[in-house]
Amino acid sequence: MWHIPIMTGQVFNGVSVASILLLTALGLALSFGQMNVINMAHGEMLMSGGYLAYLADKFVHGPAAFPCALLVAFVGASVLGALLEVSVIRWLYGRPLDTLLATWGISLILQQGARSLFGAIGVEVVAPHWLNGSINFTHGWFAGLSLPYIRIFIILLAVVVLGGLALFIARTRWGQWLRAVHQDREMAGALGINTKRVDLIVFALGSGVAGLAGAALALIAPVTPTVGQSYIVYAFLVVIVGGLGSLLGTTIAALLVGLLSAGAQMFTSVSFSDVLLLVLVVIFIQFRPRGLVATHSRMLKEA
Amino acid sequence: MREPQLEAREPLLDVEGLTVSFDGFKALDGMSLRLTSSSVRVLIGPNGAGKSTLCDAIIGHVRPVSGRVVFKGKDITSLPEYQIVRKGICRKFQTPGVLESLTVEENLALSARRHRECWRSFGRTLSGEGRACVNETLELIGLAEKRNMLAGQLAHGQKQWLEIGIVVASDADLLLLDEPAAGMSHGEAAQTAELIRRLSQWHSFLVIDHDMAFVAQLDAPVSVMHMGRLLKEGTLAEVRNDPQVAAVYLGRAEEVSRACA
Amino acid sequence: MRLKSVIDGLILIALALAPFYLSAYHLSLLGRFLALAIVSLSLVLIWGWGGILSLGQGVFWGLGGYALAMHLKLASLAPGDLPDFMMWSGLDHLPKWWAVFHSPALALTSVVVLPMAAAGALGWLIFHRRVGGVYFALITQALALAFSTLLISQQPYTGGFNGLTDFSTILGYSVNGPNFERGLYWVTVGALTGSFLLCQWLRQTNFGRVLVAIRDGENRVRFLGYNAMAYKTIAFAVGGALAGISGALYMLHVGVISPAMVGVVPSIEMVVAVAVGGRESLTGVILGTLLVNFCKDWISSAMPDLWLFVMGALFVLVVTAMRGGLADLAEFPFRKINLRQSRKTKRHDSVIAVEKEAEASKAG
Repeated sequence: MWHIPIMTGQVFNGVSVASILLLTALGLALSFGQMNVINMAHGEMLMSGGYLAYLADKFVHGPAAFPCALLVAFVGASVLGALLEVSVIRWLYGRPLDTLLATWGISLILQQGARSLFGAIGVEVVAPHWLNGSINFTHGWFAGLSLPYIRIFIILLAVVVLGGLALFIARTRWGQWLRAVHQDREMAGALGINTKRVDLIVFALGSGVAGLAGAALALIAPVTPTVGQSYIVYAFLVVIVGGLGSLLGTTIAALLVGLLSAGAQMFTSVSFSDVLLLVLVVIFIQFRPRGLVATHSRMLKEA
Repeated sequence: MREPQLEAREPLLDVEGLTVSFDGFKALDGMSLRLTSSSVRVLIGPNGAGKSTLCDAIIGHVRPVSGRVVFKGKDITSLPEYQIVRKGICRKFQTPGVLESLTVEENLALSARRHRECWRSFGRTLSGEGRACVNETLELIGLAEKRNMLAGQLAHGQKQWLEIGIVVASDADLLLLDEPAAGMSHGEAAQTAELIRRLSQWHSFLVIDHDMAFVAQLDAPVSVMHMGRLLKEGTLAEVRNDPQVAAVYLGRAEEVSRACA
Repeated sequence: MRLKSVIDGLILIALALAPFYLSAYHLSLLGRFLALAIVSLSLVLIWGWGGILSLGQGVFWGLGGYALAMHLKLASLAPGDLPDFMMWSGLDHLPKWWAVFHSPALALTSVVVLPMAAAGALGWLIFHRRVGGVYFALITQALALAFSTLLISQQPYTGGFNGLTDFSTILGYSVNGPNFERGLYWVTVGALTGSFLLCQWLRQTNFGRVLVAIRDGENRVRFLGYNAMAYKTIAFAVGGALAGISGALYMLHVGVISPAMVGVVPSIEMVVAVAVGGRESLTGVILGTLLVNFCKDWISSAMPDLWLFVMGALFVLVVTAMRGGLADLAEFPFRKINLRQSRKTKRHDSVIAVEKEAEASKAG
C-alpha cells in the first residue's frame, strides 16, 4: 500500500481528476459569486463540449484536428451558455432556488437531446499521436511509475485556463467591470456598467471553460449523455468548499476534493469514497460555513 | 424641554471598547457608549462612521474582536442573537424588514409572543396579554384598520411604521432604530419623533439618523461617531457648535450644510 | 376557506370510493401515486412554507422503504434461512442490525423514526452553521447520490442494484391478491389524510407562522428572538418522517425497493410534482403528484424518449411562468379582481415613494 510509485501515481491521477473538476467548477463558482445563481445544466455544458470536440475531430483531419476540437468545444459551449442565460436565467434573477430547478429542467432536455442525437452509447475523441505515450520511470524510487501524456496535458490545460482567467479578471477592462459588479451590483450599475452584459459574459465564459473540460475529458473517457451528471455533483461540492466566487478558493477546493476522492479510493471502494467525501464536506461546513476563501463584509448580510 | 441626563440613572447598556474588523478594516475601533433606562439617545456621524455596525455588534449580528457589551449588568457579547433578543434588545433595520406574506396583525403577534421557544409554538392563539399588546401597538402606529392586510401590500411609510411597531411590541427594554424616518415626509417624521418620545417612558431608544430636523424633534442627547469611535457627546446644540464635530463633517459639503442647518 | 374544505372533502370521498369504480390496474397506479403524494406534502412543509429546498428527499423516502422492506424480507423466510442475496454474496449469518427487523413493531417504528432522525441530524448540522438556500439544496443532492451509490455497493447487506424484493407476507397477511391491494389502498388514503391534516394543523399553529416568517425574512425573525435554526430543523425532521412513511407505502404497492428509486433523479421528480401542483398548497400538490405521475406513466409507455423532454419543459415552465402551479390556476377566477387591485396599489406606492424622496431631498 505504501509503495512509492503507486502512491505517486494515485496522487498524479488525483491531480488530473482535480484539473477537470477545476475546469468544471470555475464557471459554476464565477456565476455563483457574480449572480448568486447555480446552473444545474452546467454539467451539460461539459457534455456538449465533449460532443462538439467529437464532431470537430470527425470532420477536421490532420494536425489541426485537436486544437480545432478544443476551440469548437469552447466556443460552442459559450454560445450555449449565453443562450441559456438570455432565455431563462436572466428572468429568474433574485430567485436562486427557482433558477436551480429551471436549469435542472434544461439539463434534462439537453441530456435527452444528446441521447436522441448521438445515442446512449459513448463516443470518443481520438487523441492526436503526440499525446500518445507516457513518461515511464524505470530506475530509482519511482521505478514502475508511468505518467500518460494525456493526463499531463489535461493538468497543463487547467493551469493555462486558470492563469488566463486570473489575467482576464485582474488586467482587462471586462475583468474590472466583473470585479465591480461582484462587489456591489447596484453601485456598479450606477457607475454606468452594463451589469446584464457582464453577467452574460461571465456566464458564457464559465460555460466555455466547462466545454473545454468536456473536450479534455473526451480524451480519456467516452462522452455519454450523462457524463455531465457524474462530474457536476463533485463540482458543486467544490463550489461549497471553495467559497463565493473566488478563483483561489475554487482551485484549492478542487485539488482537495480530487485528491481526497483519489486517496479514499485507495483505501476503500469508489462508492464509499463518495460517502466519505460528503461527510467531510459536512464536517468542513461546521468550521468554515462560508467556504475556504470567505469575504467578511456587511454586504453579505442577506446571504 | 427635558434636560439630557447622561449619567443620572442606572446604566442599561454598557458598550466597552468594542472593536469590529472586516478583513482588516476596523469598522469599530474601541467604541464605548453608555445608555440608561427609559432614555433616548441619538447616534450621528458621517457615512462609514460605524453606526450600523455598532447596532449589529450589540445585537450579535457581527462579532467583535475585542471589547464587551454589557446589558442589565450581564455580559452578552458572545450570546447567540435570539438569546440577546430574549434578554430585551430589539432592532429595526435600515431597510424595512417586515414579513411580507403575513398580515399586519400576524407580524405584530410574532413579536408580541412572550414565549418564543420552539417547543411552545404548537398552540394556535396568542395569550390575552399578547393580544392586548398587539391591539395597543396597532393603535399606536395607526394601522388598526389595516390589520388584516398583507404586510407586503403596505405603502413604504406604513412598512416603516409597522416595523417600528414590531420592535415596540416585542416589549424589549432597549430598542435600536436604524434610520426610522428614512423615506418619510416631514409630517410623518414629526409623528414618529413624537411616538418615540412618548414611548421612552417605558423603553430606552438608540436612534440612528441623518436628518437633523428629525434629530432636533427627538430632543435627546446626541453621540457623534467618527471612524469607529465615539467623538463627542452632549446636547444637539453643544454638538453642533463643537469645532471637532464640524471638522469631521468638513469635506463632506452636503453633510455640513445638513448638520449646521 | 370554507369552500376549500368542501373541495378537500369531496376529493377525499372520491379517493376513498375509487376501488368501486376503477379497474384493478388503475387502482394500483392510483395507490402508488397517492403514496408518493405524502412525500409531496412533506415538500410543501419544508420547501413551500419553510423555503428549504431539499433535492435529497428520496433519501428519507428510501430509509422508510428499506426499513419496512427489510422486515418483509425476513418475514418471508423460513426460520434460520438467509435472504437470497446474502447467500449469493457469501454471507453465512444474518448481521445483528438486520436481525432486529424481525420485530414488526420495530420495523414500523423505524419507518418513521429512522428518516426523521436522519433528517433532523442533517438539518441541525447544516442549519446551525447558517448554511441554507442553494448550498443546502446542493448538499442534499450530494446526499442522494452518495446514498444510492452506497446502497448499490453494499450488495451483501442491501441487495445491491436489485434492491429488496420477493416478499410474501406482512403482519400475517399475504401481500399478493386483490384483498391486500384494496386494503393497502385504503391504508394509503388514510395515511395521506392523516399527513394532510398534520400539515394543515402545523400551518395554522404559531409554529407554521414562524416557519413562513423565516422563509420571508430569516434575519427579521431571528432578531425577534426566535431560534430560526430550531424551527427549520423540526420542519425538516417532520418532512423526513412523512417521506419515510411515503417510501414504505410505495414499496408495499410496487413490491420492491431499489437504489434506482431513491437517487438523484427520483428525488428531483418529487420536487417537480410539487412545483406543478403549487408548492404552497396541500391539495394542489396531491393533485399535481397524480397528474405528473399519470402523465409520466402514459408518456413513458407510449413514447419513452419523450418523457425527459416533457419533465424538463415542465420544470422550466412551472418555475418561470406559473410559480403557484395548479393551485394558482384553480384560484385564478376568484383572484382576478384582487390581482388587478394590488397592481394598482403597487403603482400608487411607487408614486408615493418618489414623491417622498423628492420631499426628503427638498427638506435636506
